[in-house]
Amino acid sequence: MVNTITIGQYVPAESIIHELDPRTKIGAVTLLIVALFLVNSFTGYGLITGFLGVAILLSGLPVRFVMRSIRPLVIIIIFTFILNIFMTPGKTLLLLGPLQVTDTGLYRGTFMSIRLVLLILATSLLTLTTSPIRLTDGVERILAPFKRVGVPAHELAMMMTIALRFIPTLLEETDRIMKAQMARGADFESGNLVGRAKNLVPLLVPLFISAFRRADELATAMEARCYRGDEGRTKLTQLVVRRVDVVALLATVAFLTGTVIWFRV
Amino acid sequence: MIRVEGLTHVYQTRQGQELKAVDGVDLNIAPGEFVAIIGHNGSGKSTLAKHFNALLTPTSGRVWVAGISTSDAGRLWEIRQKVGMVFQNPDNQIVATTVEEDAAFGPENLGVAPAEIRRRVDEALQAVGMEEYARHAPHLLSGGQKQRVAIAGVLAMRPACIVLDEPTAMLDPVGREEVLGTIKRLNRDEGITVVLITHFMEEAVEAGRVIVMENGRIVMDGKPKEVFSQVRRLKELHLDVPPITELAQSLAREGVPVTPDTLTVEEMVQQLLGN
Ligand SMILES: Nc1ncnc2c1ncn2[C@@H]1O[C@H](COP(=O)(O)OP(=O)(O)OP(=O)(O)O)[C@@H](O)[C@H]1O
Ligand SMILES: [Mg+2]
Repeated sequence: MVNTITIGQYVPAESIIHELDPRTKIGAVTLLIVALFLVNSFTGYGLITGFLGVAILLSGLPVRFVMRSIRPLVIIIIFTFILNIFMTPGKTLLLLGPLQVTDTGLYRGTFMSIRLVLLILATSLLTLTTSPIRLTDGVERILAPFKRVGVPAHELAMMMTIALRFIPTLLEETDRIMKAQMARGADFESGNLVGRAKNLVPLLVPLFISAFRRADELATAMEARCYRGDEGRTKLTQLVVRRVDVVALLATVAFLTGTVIWFRV
Repeated sequence: MIRVEGLTHVYQTRQGQELKAVDGVDLNIAPGEFVAIIGHNGSGKSTLAKHFNALLTPTSGRVWVAGISTSDAGRLWEIRQKVGMVFQNPDNQIVATTVEEDAAFGPENLGVAPAEIRRRVDEALQAVGMEEYARHAPHLLSGGQKQRVAIAGVLAMRPACIVLDEPTAMLDPVGREEVLGTIKRLNRDEGITVVLITHFMEEAVEAGRVIVMENGRIVMDGKPKEVFSQVRRLKELHLDVPPITELAQSLAREGVPVTPDTLTVEEMVQQLLGN
């Protein structure tokens, strides 16, 4: 049951998108997100969808597979949609008891949902085509200039690496503890909200205890391997910006700026 | 390689009491030796081992690694590069998200040049037979494979000595075999000094020297044959004797011509066939 959660896990393959420098991809996705918040029309979103579609095709990943990353967040999307439909004032289209569906509500709801879907697809494409190492290296390098003003670039990247490394381990452990507690009669699936939350205690307590023990042992193991922050540290994999990165980033900037200027009402 | 003089280590427990985990240990480990340390739970094995690469420093007494005192804080990293450490839980010592990145972690910390890291990582993975898994995610490996990755991570730092604290305790028999085979090969072929802490007597007999700890002290120290032939003494210390040694002793008592210090099945077979 826990294994169905895959948070945009990296899928190794050879494609232009895979081989782009992680900084290019992080930059492009950031720009795209900004554009999503600035663009204010369906036509604009249509263009961005097309742009993202091309990127997905270039990545060589099956489109359906990329779309699957929306699934864990479907509830949030639906929730956003419904909330917007009912809560936005405007001309009433439909009356459902005390609730009213308005025209602007319908418009806003649809718009927000599309925005969320595009957001999720863009970030998923990033994590699906970038290995965790390159991703964290990219983050570290992007943040490096801000070290002077106190941004702990290396530490953040290290935390990300460790989180990514231990997510599968902790998921496995959660599953194991759940099964063990279920064998003793624990019930995680029925009851009201409060009851369910209470039932999680016998799951969370052992999980946290074990996580703290792991953290302690990992810290010792890292120290034993001469870890001392990023002072004097080198890297196995070097990041290099190639011509294709420059082209890709410029193309993204040009396209998104164009779209924003044109369709920002 | 490692010299310990009058080492005592006292822990401050949470109740504010003092607990003497290691109590006046003197020890000398020569380069190239394969030493097994046994002793029951809480006898101070891990505490002693953590002094070998300055994860702990003595409360009193001194420890030298390749002539460097572990109390010399300025040379801490040099010591940790020379003496690598492998721990019990394979999951909690792998840092990175792929096998090769993890093997690179040590040399990266030491500031080795990227091309040289590449070379060392490839060599280290080859030495533990994990080169095919270089780009795999560690959580998908078996326990024995994970432990070999951990060993590779240490090897990539080019240590002179590896200390392993119950590396096989959480593994199945196949994984144990893999790890022990790797350790033995590294000691024999690469001349790396090995200190192996273990609860498995079958593993201890493979070493060139066995040290028995009890209450923070070294109570026995000698060749496996010398140590394991003292069955009564070991039983007093609540330690197991390799089953084959126990059998040999019973047989000897019954008048079967086998020596009571038989340690392995092969030895036993040879003696029985020889007669
Ligand atoms: N961090 C600590 N703080 C306080 N006491 C400790 C600490 N670590 C170990 N001890 C105590 O020191 C003693 C020796 O522990 P140590 O871990 O060295 O034994 P060990 O021989 O490795 O045991 P095991 O076979 O269980 O691994 C034990 O009584 C233990 O409870
Ligand atoms: Mg121990």
